[in-house]
Order: sequence, then structure tokens, then C-alpha cells
Amino acid sequence: MSLGGAFETARAEGRPLIVGCMPAGFPTVDESIASMTAMVESGIDVIEVELPYSDPVMDGPVIQRASDIALANGVRTRDTFRVIEAVARTGAPVVLMTYWNPVERYGVDAFARDLAAAGATGMITPDLIPDEADEWLAASDAYRLDRTFLVSPSSTDARIAMTLRHCRGFVYATALMGVTGARDSVSSEAPDLVARIRAIDPEIPVGVGLGVRDGAQAAEVGAYADAVIVGSALIRRVLEAPDREAGLTALRELGADLAKGARGVKR
Amino acid sequence: MTAPTLPDVSGHFGRFGGRFVPEALVAALDELDAAYRSAKTDPAFQAEFAGLLRDYAGTPSLLYSAARLSARLGARVLLKREDLNHTGAHKVRNVLGQALLAKRMGKRRVIAETGAGQHGVASATAAALLDLDCVVYMGEVDTERQALNVARMRMLGATVVPVTNGSRTLKDALNEALRDWVASVQTTHYLLGTAAGPAPFPELVRDFVGGIGTEAREQCLALTGGLPDAVAACVGGGSNAIGIFHAFVPDEGVRLYGFEAGGDGVETGRHAASITGGTAGVLHGARTYILQDEDGQTVESHSISAGLDYPGVGPEHSWLHDIGRASYTPVTDREAMDAFQLLCRTEGIIPAIESAHALAGAIKVIPALRDELGREPVVIVNLSGRGDKDVHTAGAYFGILDQNETIVPEENL
Repeated sequence: MSLGGAFETARAEGRPLIVGCMPAGFPTVDESIASMTAMVESGIDVIEVELPYSDPVMDGPVIQRASDIALANGVRTRDTFRVIEAVARTGAPVVLMTYWNPVERYGVDAFARDLAAAGATGMITPDLIPDEADEWLAASDAYRLDRTFLVSPSSTDARIAMTLRHCRGFVYATALMGVTGARDSVSSEAPDLVARIRAIDPEIPVGVGLGVRDGAQAAEVGAYADAVIVGSALIRRVLEAPDREAGLTALRELGADLAKGARGVKR
Repeated sequence: MTAPTLPDVSGHFGRFGGRFVPEALVAALDELDAAYRSAKTDPAFQAEFAGLLRDYAGTPSLLYSAARLSARLGARVLLKREDLNHTGAHKVRNVLGQALLAKRMGKRRVIAETGAGQHGVASATAAALLDLDCVVYMGEVDTERQALNVARMRMLGATVVPVTNGSRTLKDALNEALRDWVASVQTTHYLLGTAAGPAPFPELVRDFVGGIGTEAREQCLALTGGLPDAVAACVGGGSNAIGIFHAFVPDEGVRLYGFEAGGDGVETGRHAASITGGTAGVLHGARTYILQDEDGQTVESHSISAGLDYPGVGPEHSWLHDIGRASYTPVTDREAMDAFQLLCRTEGIIPAIESAHALAGAIKVIPALRDELGREPVVIVNLSGRGDKDVHTAGAYFGILDQNETIVPEENL
């Protein structure tokens, strides 16, 4: 399914999408495919595959640890395409989250071509702002890929407007100033930021990330956002599980809880 | 060739530089940029900065004509004695400038990253002087090999945070400082330690340390009646090198040599020579030469000098390399340590191992330069720092100190 289609369906149902994030190749390529498939089966709407990177400055300790494990186990950029291909076969939209250097190293055009061929809907770029993105803007147009840039509470209205003009698919609102990681309470800055985005562009779907760890928080964020992005909490289930089966079970439980939270949203 | 004034308005040096950062940091970088532009043209700020450099840091540093070394090398070697500055390195210039900027922006807290500890000590010093809170991120591995500098930072009132992520060295300390900054930009200035990172850092750090070159240029004219034939500096992140190069860039006849940390030799893969042995990529906020594998993952660097042990380089150096204005070549650990010993024995100066790389490189290029010019060349070597912090590394290297840092009896040598 296209991401746009998923957003339309969810809007019609009056609920947010749940986006679940997991690094490709964590802890191995096959196991990451199994994890992401389990996430889809448990009711998570969209899978955000993260390309493991050596210097992930926007990620907190949980995602970095998972990425380090994937890298230590030898995951390569081309493996990430294999993961995307496998997960896209489940029917859920798959979007790639990646830091910029691996894309540049691969070749921006070739990366976009292979990303599209693998079945991803688009790409989230945490350390690429539109100001530096000419090559990616051209390549994403050429291969009809969505592009998600980030906006932050510290962004000026002018920068939000500029960023929204370059986004396609959805915009990623970082809900608070800080790196990823589940927190006890979600940010109070998030609703304000989403309101500022909607005032500038009422149409573009808004995804809110950073900090959600359960269904109740998902419902809280989903009351004002189009997509609730969950990463660290899911990854932690796998990291902390005593074995593979227990990890998959824990992932399914959290996935179901998040999906239930999303469906319980009252707007 | 006359080099244009760079960076351009978007912070690029040709294809290098720029801002490859989370959007959350853009507002802070814009604020820093605006504060810097206004400070640059504010006579009060410039006077305060110049006053601190003169009365507190002890600059202009000497340009010392090293007679015994010169005789040995067959060149007139002038040492720019940045090792005599307060805190023992060129870095004090940068931290004083940035700490003043932090105050100007109303920020009460500074964060810094450090490898060898020199920038951490300098940051802690400036923070103490200007009454700012200071947190220094340092790779856990580096806290162990630079314990004395950790002690210094703490004495100066800074909090040192050992970073346990990744390779637990400077690269990871930088990531951690960036993370802190994303979460604290409203109250905190990131006192970046070298002329690298996202715009406007490469430019403002260059300008704050640029006094090295302006002083050396004037001093050389006064001392020799002319410009030098060559300027040599070590390049890790590249702040001391860009600091001494910048004033000479328009002087076409002055050759600029950057010497990178060749470690065990670039061909072995164990080195920190980002330009010689790396490829263009994006790391820590800028496009520049970096050490990376074919997937764009950062490769760990290696150098006997913790201060050069970094897998990237400031973007202006990448540009100077591309346009051919400066040449960058590697110096191995061994060559650096030979030069270290030579300087100790001929001039009674114990240099930082970083600076020994600059001297070792100069030693390598002098013969060709002499042949080409048909006379003894005048070469300025930037002695970027003193060797106190490296005494245990050098002591172990030369077999003077054992693993427990106790003296090995001379008869056993």
C-alpha cells in the first residue's frame, strides 16, 4: 500500500497511524525481517526501517546499541534493501530512515533507484535539511519517492514553511528537543509544534516521534498527530528478551497495545 | 592564484562544508552565525578578545629561530611557539573567542568534546575565567590515556563525562556533545574544539585561531625581511593548521604543508590521515574528507597522538587540498617520534606529539625544497602545543617509563 493511501484510510477512521521503527540487520538480517513482520501482524501500520550507521547523532542509546549490534554482525547497505523488500511484501508501507553519509557513499541516484525498486515509499533523513538536499530532491522526484524532513520546536515558522514545501508523504515533527528514547511523559511542546505545522499546511500528514512507549501514550499523541512514531520502546523489547521467541512475543504485545491505543483515539 | 574568500554565505568551501545536522540545531547555528557576524564588526568585542589574548593567554607567541635544529636540517627553521600560550597550546585562542561569544549570546553553559584533553582543559579554563558552567565529553579510552588532563579539567571546575559509546574515543565524544546540544541549545553553547563541524564553526574557529598566522607573518617579515618559503603544521581536525595557513593563503610563493597522522603507515589501514587516506563524505555536520568504508560507515582512526586521532578533517583543508593550495601528506608515528626526540635534544623543547608530526613533515620536505630553491629555505613550523600531556606516551615509546609509569633504570635501556 502507498503511504498516502494508508494516511487516507486512517483519517477516514479518525485515527492515527502507528509507525514502528527497527534497524535493518538487528540482530541479524533474517531476524530483523521476522521482527518487522511480527510488528505488522500485531497491527503496526507502517514500518520505518533504519539503516544502521556508525555515528547516529539523533539516536539515543537504545537505537544506537541496536545499530551497533547490526553493524558488528556485518550488516551492509545492500542488506537494508533486502529487508525493505521482504517487509514490503507484507503489504505494509515501508519507509527508510537513514543518516546521509551512507546514501552519498552509495551514490544518491543509485540509492534512490534501489530504494524504489525494493518497494520503499520514501526516506526520512534526520541529518539532511532541505538546504543541502538538492541531489536528493532530484533523485526522489525521478524515482517517485516520498521525502520526509524533520521539523523541531526550535524551527522558525519560515523554516517550517520551507521544509514543508520540500516534504512529500509526511513531515516528521520531533516532539521535543532531544534524541530518541522512550520517556515517562511525552512532550508538551509536541502539540504546539503540530499546530504550527497545520497552520502553515493543513494537508500534509504529521508524524510525531521521540518518546512514546505504550498504547496510552500513543493515544495521547495520536489525538493531534497523523502518525505516532515508536522506535526505542520496540527495540528495547528485543534487546531485553531472554531469547528470540520471547522477543517476538514481546514485540507483538507492544505492537498490539500501540495499535489498540491508536484505535481508541478520540478526536 | 588568489584564493576567494570562503566560505560562501551558505557555509561551503567549494563542495565541502555546509550543514548536515538535525533541524533541531539549525536555529542554534543561525543564532551563533548572527552573533558571530555582529561580534566580528563590534570593536568592543574585538578589543575584549584581543585583551584576553594579550594579557591572559600570553600572545603574540614567539617566533623562535631554532639555530641548532636549523643547522641540523639545512634550513632556517622558525618555530611558532604556540606551546608557550596559557594552557600550553593554540587552543586557548579558540576557547576564549567562543566563550566570549557564548556570553554575548546570553548562554551560561558550554559543552565541549576532547580527545587528548587539550581542548577540554582549554574550555574548562575559559569557562572558569568567564564564569560559565562547563561539561566536557571525552571518550572513555581517552580519559584513561589522558588522566592528568581529566584531573586538570576537574580542578578547573568542569564536569568530565566519559563516553562509552562506539569506539569510546574523540569521534564518539563529538557525537555525545552534539546530542547534548540538541537537547540543550537554548541555554548552551557548543564550544567546538576544531575548525570542523557545521557552518559557521569552521569559519569562526579559523578566525579565532587566525592570529597564529597573522603574527607569524609579521614576525617572519621582521626577523628575516621576507616571507617564509614554507609553513608546516600538523592536521588532525586542523585548527592549528588553518590558524597558521589562513594569513598565508594569498601569498602565492609560500608553500603550505599539512601533515596528517600516518599512524603505522597509510598503507596499513591504521592511521588518521583523512585527506591522504580518506574519501569525501559527511561526518559531524559537514562534507569533508573522512575515513569511511565502502558503505559510508566511519572507520576508526589510529595515531600515537590522541590529539590527531580523528577520522575527519575541517572542510577548509579539504578545499585547500582540492584546489592544490596546500599539500597534505602523512607522517608515521615513528617519524613523528624521531622528530620529537630531535627537538628535545637540539632545542630543549618537548613538543606535543601533534606538533612533532609538523616537524617530522618539515624534515621530510626540506631537502626537496632546498634543491628547488638552490638555497636554505625558510620554514615556519607551527609548534601547536607543548608535550607535558604526552610525557607518559613518549616515555613509554622511548622505554623510559614502564607500564606502571615508573622510571626504567637507565642501565636497562
